[in-house]
Amino acid sequence: MYERHILICAGTGCISSGTREVKEALENELIKHNLQDKVRIILSGCHGFCEKGPIFIVYPEDIFYCEVKAEDMPELVEEYLVKGNIVERLLYKDPTTAGTVTSHEEIPFYSRQKRQVLRNCGVIDPENIDEYIIRGGYIGLKKALGMEPLEIVNTVKSSGLRGRGGAGFPTGMKWEFAHRSPGDKKYVVCNADEGDPGAFMDRSVLEGDPHAVLEGLIIAGRAIGSDEAYIYVRAEYPLAVRRLRTAIAQAEEYGLIGQNILNSGANFKINIKEGAGAFVCGEETALLASIEGERGMPRPRPPFPAVKGLWGKPTCINNVETLANVPLILRNGADWYSAVGTEGSKGTKIFALTGKVNNTGLCEVPMGISLREIVFDIGGGIRGGKKYKAVQIGGPSGGCIPESLLDLPVDFDSLTAAGAMMGSGGMVVMDEDTCMVDLARYFLSFTQRESCGKCTPCREGTKRMLEILERITRGKGEPEDIPRLEKLAVAVKDSSLCGLGQTAPNPVLTTLRYFRDEYEAHIFDRRCPAGLCRDLLTYYIDAEVCTGCRSCVKACPAEAISGEKKEPHAIDEAKCISCGACFDRCKFGAVKTK
Amino acid sequence: MSEETAKAAEKSFDYDRVETLLQEFLHKKGVMVPILQKIQAEFGYLPRPAMEYVAKRLRIPVSKVFGVATFYAQFHLHPRGKNIVRVCRGTACHVRGVSKVAEKMQEILGVGVGQTTEDMNFTYEEVACIGACGLAPVMMINDQTYGKLTPEKLKGILKNY
Ligand SMILES: Cc1cc2nc3c(=O)[nH]c(=O)nc-3n(C[C@H](O)[C@H](O)[C@H](O)COP(=O)(O)O)c2cc1C
Ligand code: FES
Repeated sequence: MYERHILICAGTGCISSGTREVKEALENELIKHNLQDKVRIILSGCHGFCEKGPIFIVYPEDIFYCEVKAEDMPELVEEYLVKGNIVERLLYKDPTTAGTVTSHEEIPFYSRQKRQVLRNCGVIDPENIDEYIIRGGYIGLKKALGMEPLEIVNTVKSSGLRGRGGAGFPTGMKWEFAHRSPGDKKYVVCNADEGDPGAFMDRSVLEGDPHAVLEGLIIAGRAIGSDEAYIYVRAEYPLAVRRLRTAIAQAEEYGLIGQNILNSGANFKINIKEGAGAFVCGEETALLASIEGERGMPRPRPPFPAVKGLWGKPTCINNVETLANVPLILRNGADWYSAVGTEGSKGTKIFALTGKVNNTGLCEVPMGISLREIVFDIGGGIRGGKKYKAVQIGGPSGGCIPESLLDLPVDFDSLTAAGAMMGSGGMVVMDEDTCMVDLARYFLSFTQRESCGKCTPCREGTKRMLEILERITRGKGEPEDIPRLEKLAVAVKDSSLCGLGQTAPNPVLTTLRYFRDEYEAHIFDRRCPAGLCRDLLTYYIDAEVCTGCRSCVKACPAEAISGEKKEPHAIDEAKCISCGACFDRCKFGAVKTK
Repeated sequence: MSEETAKAAEKSFDYDRVETLLQEFLHKKGVMVPILQKIQAEFGYLPRPAMEYVAKRLRIPVSKVFGVATFYAQFHLHPRGKNIVRVCRGTACHVRGVSKVAEKMQEILGVGVGQTTEDMNFTYEEVACIGACGLAPVMMINDQTYGKLTPEKLKGILKNY
C-alpha cells in the first residue's frame, strides 16, 4: 500500500527541463531510504505551468514544488518525505507578494482558471485507462450509446459548442450536416495537426488525457453514423503519437472500440495518420488530401467534407480540443455546459500563453474573460517590469490587440470584431522591445513559406507583401508602401482559395490599424522605436560606462571604433555598418543604441 | 551529383531493402506518405533510386512521388548528419529573441539552413514551433529539447554530441 503519490510532470516542456533526471534521482533516493514500496512515482501529462518546470507534486498533502533538479532529491527525500519538513526553497514564490505557497490551488496562475477540458491533465497517468475511467471517463460514451444519433446531435447543438480549431463553426450543426448526408460509409477525422507556431494546447491534451479525445471521437462517430475514424497528428509530436497508440490499444481491450462496442451493436475503428510537416495540412480539405497520400493542397468548397470528404465519402472533421469537450457535454448535459461562457461562445477555451509574460504555459479560462485578466492575473504581468505593448492572438491568421483593448472579452465574436481571431488559441505577449513591423514581417515570412502555391493571390500576394515589409524593416521603405500593403492585403484576403491566404494579411492589417505610427517611424524617420531592426539602429559608446578594454575595437569588422587603452572609445558613424558585434561583445553595457 | 555518379549510385543501390519496406503497403490506399516515411526511417533520407523504384512498383509517374516528397518539410532528398539540430522559429521563440541563437548556431557549425557539416556530424534545420513555447527560445537536438537558450549556452550543449 502506497502512503504517498508523487506526480512529476512529463510534458514536453518539463522533460526538457529535466524530468527524467529528477525521476531517476528520486528513485535512487527512495531506495536509499527504503521508501520504494511506500511512495509511488507517477509521470503525468502537462500541468500547464511549463515556465516553472519540472513540476513535482506530493499527494495526499498536495504540496507543489517547482523547478526541481536532480540534485535536490537527496534533500527533498530526507527533509520532506522522511522528516516531514517542507523544503521552502523549492516552493512557488509569488512574484507580486514574494510569499511562498504550498498548494497549487493558491497560485494565481491556477486559481483564476477554470480547468474543465484540462481537468485530467497533470492529474492522471495518461497511459492508464483506469485512471481516466475513475474520474468519470467513458460515462458520456455510455450515455451516447443509449441515445438516438439525432438526440446526440441535438444535445451538442444546444450546448452551444463551437469548433476550437479556428473558425468557430457550431459543432452540432456540422454533425447534423454529416448525419443527414446520405451514404453507407462515413468518416470522422480528428485534426491534431496544430500548426500554429506558438501554440501547444492540442499537444498537451493528447499527451495528458488522450482518452478524452478518443471518447469524443467515438461519440461523434455514433452521432453521424460512422464506423471509422482517422486522427491526423503532427509527426513533430512523437510523445503524443505514442500515448494515442497506447490509449487506442487499451480502449480496444476494454471493448470501447472495435466490434460491437459495449454490446451496442455498433463497430468503431480508429486509425492514426502522422502528418509530415506542412502548415497548410491543418486546413481541412488539405488534410484530407494528405490522408489520401497526396500533396496536401486545399480543394475548393463546396462540396464540403460533410458531403464529399475522405475518399469521396461524407466526413466530419473536428479539432482535438473540440472533441475533448464532447464527453463533458454528454455526461453533464447541455445546460450544464452552456452555463459557462458568453451569449455566442459557450464553455471554456485553452490558451497557450507565451512571450514576454512572467508565467508562460497553458491556461483554460471561461469564454468572455478579459484579456487583462489573462495577461496580468494568470500570466503575472510582463517580464522584467517592462511595459505591455500587445498580445498576438490566433497565430499567422490572427492579429495584435493593443493596450487600449485589454478589457475586451475573449470570445469568438469580440476577437473577430477587433480584427484578430480566436484561431487555435496561441497567445503571444509582447512588450516595448518588440517591433510590430518586424512581427508582421515574421508572420508574412511564415505564411509565404507555407503557402502551397495552388492559387495565385496567396502565392504571389504574400510574396509581394513580404518584400515590402522586408524593405521597411531594412530602412528602405517608401512613402507609398503603406497604401500598397493595404491594397494587397485586401486583394489576398478576398481572392485566396483557402483560409491560409484569406487570413494571412490579418497580422499586417491589425498592426497597421493599431501601430501605424511604428510603420511611419520606420519609413519617414528611418527609426525603429523598439530598437530591434538592426539596419535602423545607430550605435554609440557611453563614455561614462566604457572602461577602455578595447574588446569592441577588436570585434568591429569595419574598423569603425577608435580609442586608447583605458580611455573611453568612440564609434565613427560614417564607418559603422550597424552589425551589432560591439554591442554583443561589450561586457559592461557601454555600447548603446539610439 | 554528376550524371555518371548518379548512374553508379543507381546500379549499386540495394532495391531489395525498398521492396521489403513496400510489402505492407501494396494494394492499399493513401500510402504515399507512409511509404516515404518508412524509406526515410530506413535510409535517413530519400535516395533518388528508391523513389524511382516506388513509382515503378505503384505504377505511378515518378513526378508524383517527387511532388509529395518535396511538398512536406519532413522529407529530405540528401543524406543528413549524424545529429539533427532543429532551432525553433515559432512566434514565441521569435519574440524571445531566437534570431540571435539561430545566427550563433550557424556560425558555430559553419553551415546554413538545411546544410550538413563536412564531417557529417550535424545538420542544421529550422522548424516552426516545437510545442515547448513556455521555455522559449527552444531547440531540439535529435529527440532532446533544450529550452531558455542564449547564444552563450550553445557551445556547451554541442559538446555532448
Ligand atoms: C491554414 C489553416 C490551418 C489550419 N490549421 C488547423 C490546425 O492546425 N488544427 C485545427 O484543428 N484546425 C486547423 N484549421 C481549421 C480547419 O480547417 C477546420 O476548420 C477545423 O479542423 C475544424 O474543426 P472544428 O470545427 O472542431 O474547429 C486550419 C485552417 C486553415 C485555413
Ligand atoms: S514557438 Fe518555439 S517552441 Fe513554440
